[in-house]
Amino acid sequence: MDSRRILLTGLSSYWGGRLAQVLERHPGVETIIGVDTREPTLELERTEFVQVSTQHALLRRIVDAAEIDTVIDTRLVVDSGTTSPRLAHENNVIGTMNILAGCSGPETPVRKLVFKSSGHFYGCEQDDPSFFTEKMGRPHPARTPIEKDIVEAEKAVRDFAERNNDVSVTVLRFANGIGADLETSHLRYFRLPVVPTILGFDPRYQFIHDEDMVGALEHVVSHDVPGVYNVAADGVLALTEVLDLLDKRWLPLLAPWGTGVSALGMRALGVRVPPEMLRQLRFGRGLDNRRLKATGYAYRYTTREAIERYREAQRVRRLGQNEGTPYRYEREVEEFLRRSPSVRIEGQRSSGSGWQPSARQLADLQRVLATLEAAPEDAAATPEGRKPDGNGGGPLAAFEELRADEVIAILPSLEPGDLRELRRHEAEHSARTTVLGAIDRALERRPS
Amino acid sequence: MASDRRTPLRERETDHGPDVFERRRQDDRPGLPARREDLRDFLPGLEPERQVSDWGRSERVEGALDRTLVEFLYRYWFRVTVEGIENVPADGGALLVSNHSGALPPDAAMIAKSIKEEHPRERPLHLTVEHFFKGYPGFSMLVQKIGGVAAHPANVHRLLYDERQLVLVFPEGRKGTEKLYKDRYRLRRFGRGGFVEAAMRAHAPIVPIAVVGAEEAQPAFAQLSLLQRLSGLLYVPLTPTFPHLGLLGMVGYLPAKFTVRFLEPVRTDGMGDEPWQDKGLVQNVAQDVRAVIQENLHEMVAKRRSVWMG
Repeated sequence: MDSRRILLTGLSSYWGGRLAQVLERHPGVETIIGVDTREPTLELERTEFVQVSTQHALLRRIVDAAEIDTVIDTRLVVDSGTTSPRLAHENNVIGTMNILAGCSGPETPVRKLVFKSSGHFYGCEQDDPSFFTEKMGRPHPARTPIEKDIVEAEKAVRDFAERNNDVSVTVLRFANGIGADLETSHLRYFRLPVVPTILGFDPRYQFIHDEDMVGALEHVVSHDVPGVYNVAADGVLALTEVLDLLDKRWLPLLAPWGTGVSALGMRALGVRVPPEMLRQLRFGRGLDNRRLKATGYAYRYTTREAIERYREAQRVRRLGQNEGTPYRYEREVEEFLRRSPSVRIEGQRSSGSGWQPSARQLADLQRVLATLEAAPEDAAATPEGRKPDGNGGGPLAAFEELRADEVIAILPSLEPGDLRELRRHEAEHSARTTVLGAIDRALERRPS
Repeated sequence: MASDRRTPLRERETDHGPDVFERRRQDDRPGLPARREDLRDFLPGLEPERQVSDWGRSERVEGALDRTLVEFLYRYWFRVTVEGIENVPADGGALLVSNHSGALPPDAAMIAKSIKEEHPRERPLHLTVEHFFKGYPGFSMLVQKIGGVAAHPANVHRLLYDERQLVLVFPEGRKGTEKLYKDRYRLRRFGRGGFVEAAMRAHAPIVPIAVVGAEEAQPAFAQLSLLQRLSGLLYVPLTPTFPHLGLLGMVGYLPAKFTVRFLEPVRTDGMGDEPWQDKGLVQNVAQDVRAVIQENLHEMVAKRRSVWMG
């Protein structure tokens, strides 16, 4: 993977957080900086969070300061049921503009941009093809505010790609997401006791499981696949088929003519059906997902399987509603956990198996071990001994400076005897469970 | 300088294409896959758990209708005679082109049924229908479930080229079903030759079909424009049973004897590289197909002794 220093927008959305978690596990990724207007909703290990305003202005300073080479923009609002139209516009159009501005310029370190868009780009019309391919535009101008926003945002991304030839730009147009932890207008609608449909219509629907949303994003981050790609699971289902799989009853409560008016009536009953969803409930939409598959991505679930998994998760959820407390982001705790600043111009890579000890560090470690062997009781009894006192405490200080993952990376190069020595020292001092566990595993692997 | 000025115009043409991202020249019309991009291996597999296809075709609905109404019409009402079934290829995509008539045309269902009954391989047939049907309540559900697909070039291409299916088109379109009884068996204009282009792009043969009997099964004597405007339908004809017998009168067919004749396939490969760019050639092929259907219709009508008994 070429992406080492990543900026992720929309960190606090479910898939944004999941993507960050997945990227954290990539050894080649040095830094992940996530920005969002809200605080993260998922627990993150080494992703740094920066809170920004809806417009995402001033992003350029972060990009330049942290030498970001890859920007992943997952922030687009594609469901007008979740926010006000004004905020959505602010986020989708002005936000996109600012993010693109943050990535451009002659000196910019950004080499890659991944933009999360939506199948709403194509809209839902009477004369649509049954499967949209990436090469098709919209047959008609955008009708609903959210579609207008998406088309405008994609246009800005397109212009950006045109002007910045050396930046690899990938646009993903996602189908409607489905998953136990997602919250969208469609999923809310599916949870109604009786699902209202439009009389005389049975639209075709395609979904994407949240794991595949994250998987597809990860795929395009870790491979160089510039271009536009539809992301939708295999299989286009009729709405009645979807509702059958969900064990739902439905009633054609929405009138075929004047559907907007009957939707207003539903709103009075507390069911909000946003305009773009109303169009989808009438005409449906199918996306041709083959182009992404051709780049090597394999979907984990078909639409049917995704719906079934969602159904299963719903059943389980009903059993244990108070189980576990949701994660809450606490800034001070997170700051404490990430003492080492990611924003720096030079220095060693932060972590992962890609880290190799330098000759100096190895030498330091040998000296540490020698000191420990010579006077183990001493070091334990007098804690001052390992404090860096000018020149004398050099080796020990160097060891204390090493972070857990760095220590773990050195372990394979040590003798069993040294390992045991190190374990004792670690147990007496920092007693980091990860380090102790890693030493135990390393000892198990060796014949002693 | 002249070429400089042309450039932005061309780019606007493919405004939403991904070519900018890939910096690859797009030489094809937007909406249709580029010539060399073959994604057939990546088609989604069939899920045995499902009874509805990705196109929205429902085995259950189609089967129920096929066993009852269509079966009855095919065997006892229209007593369909099939000729030249061997002209329908046993595999690969093929574009079936037929004449079209009847207010709620029975010909498509009879052609589909005759392939199902007579062809050794029981191939499913996809009918292309006007976009209108997708927007009209009721039709929208039904047409899709019994195998109707909107007549979009991309749909036809996917079916013919990628899925290698049989596709039935009526190039006359609504001009055929709108025409009155006095104009029977006189083919209307064959559109703009779009069906030939579709077949050429997919390298699929064209199988012309001549259907006799449908004109008499539901003769339209006049078009009721006021009712048409009120109902928002494509057209509202005056037939022997409609509209005075109500909605059921729409399927009030007279028991005319049907003959479905499949004609020699017209090959569209081997016409050179990208023959669809040659609009003259496209028009010629369309004219030839139209002529051969018209010729056969005349011959079949001439031989027919009785409208009802054949």
